Amino acid sequence: MPTGNNHTEAQIWDYLAEVVDPEIPVLNIIEMGIARQVDVSDQHVQVKITPTYSGCPAMNAIEQGVKQKLEEKGISNFDVVMDYSEAWTTDWMTGEAKEKLKDYGIAPPTETLNEEDFLTSLSGNKVVPCPFCDSLDTVLQSQFGSTACKAQYFCNSCNQPYEHFKCH
Amino acid sequence: MSTTTSLTSDIAFRTYLLRLADDRLILGQRISEWCGHGPELEEDLALANIALDLIGHSSALYEYANQFDERGDLTPDHFVYFRDDPEFTNLQLCELPRGDYAFTTARLFLFSSFSFFLYRNLQSIEDEQFRGMIQKHLKEVKYHLRHSRDWVIKLGDGTDISHQKIQEALNELWMYIGELFYADEVDQLMVYSGNGTDTSVFHGEWKQLVEQTLTEATLEIPDWDQFMISGSRKGIHSEHLGHLLAQMQFLRRSHQDADWQ
Repeated sequence: MPTGNNHTEAQIWDYLAEVVDPEIPVLNIIEMGIARQVDVSDQHVQVKITPTYSGCPAMNAIEQGVKQKLEEKGISNFDVVMDYSEAWTTDWMTGEAKEKLKDYGIAPPTETLNEEDFLTSLSGNKVVPCPFCDSLDTVLQSQFGSTACKAQYFCNSCNQPYEHFKCH
Repeated sequence: MSTTTSLTSDIAFRTYLLRLADDRLILGQRISEWCGHGPELEEDLALANIALDLIGHSSALYEYANQFDERGDLTPDHFVYFRDDPEFTNLQLCELPRGDYAFTTARLFLFSSFSFFLYRNLQSIEDEQFRGMIQKHLKEVKYHLRHSRDWVIKLGDGTDISHQKIQEALNELWMYIGELFYADEVDQLMVYSGNGTDTSVFHGEWKQLVEQTLTEATLEIPDWDQFMISGSRKGIHSEHLGHLLAQMQFLRRSHQDADWQ
């Protein structure tokens, strides 16, 4: 029976790159910043993942996806651990990942605000450019969209509704 | 720490986590009652999202509270489905019936603005896992605050009827906000062990945010010195919690083998 010792850490990372977020299939869980750590010891593989949004129903699917992928690659002795020690942030997304989001039609997140800037930003809406035509003439429709991580916007230039991946 | 007290740091930690968790579970349950009944599609989605966040927060906190329990085998399901109302320590503010949309909005604003400052002040606590949760939840609390604050202003500075409704909601809710700043030996012990915060330090800032918002919304600020309800942290509740629990718990209690998977 093959176990963790037949696979290197780099290989495990390659396998994880094949697991996508079911809500945003254009990004894998490494690009999303969900897969945090891989430890390979003699007989065992441990993968640490961190939840994105607290109530995100996709997390269960992602955890299952990781388990399935490792089994598919012939690894039987592993565990997938949920790690809360560092809070997930969209700042962990790579520039490349943000480009992919935009190509997919989702306006990507920008840099997050600290608490003091947040308080002063309360009265004022930030501008999120349209992912289709790059227009700045857009309007926020709702802070909450089809999934926990997205907000609803509308572009007045190309008359398209679109989603914005919120800065988190 | 006095040696005569029976309150250990583990019990304090567990109690502290359960208070936070109960607030979020009960408010999340109340807000989830809007699912499919929102005043418009966007708000229906927003409220369902917020309810999901709050219940998600409570779930993580319950799971962690178990670590400080002497039995050590209590699941979030135990805390949610198998306790009776005197064992719940949520604020009465959270258990009040959902009311109309103005009431829901006003309550969410008062609760999220308090949560924002509380969580901001808990950012540098000692316990790594608890701190990670708080940092994560704060990000979501910011959305709840921004969203509810926007709507308090839209309704207050809206039509005559929307203005009247949100004003009445605030007046009705006012006697429940005193408890937000309730603190006892549990809080003291948590501050002492580096895992809590003294809420009185941000009372002024919170009050200022509330006053600024209500003023911008052209609303009257109710009397800060009026009668305030108390007792929820000790398990004293309004009649409404029992009804909420009956609905939330009956299925799980009737079907002992019910499972999420």
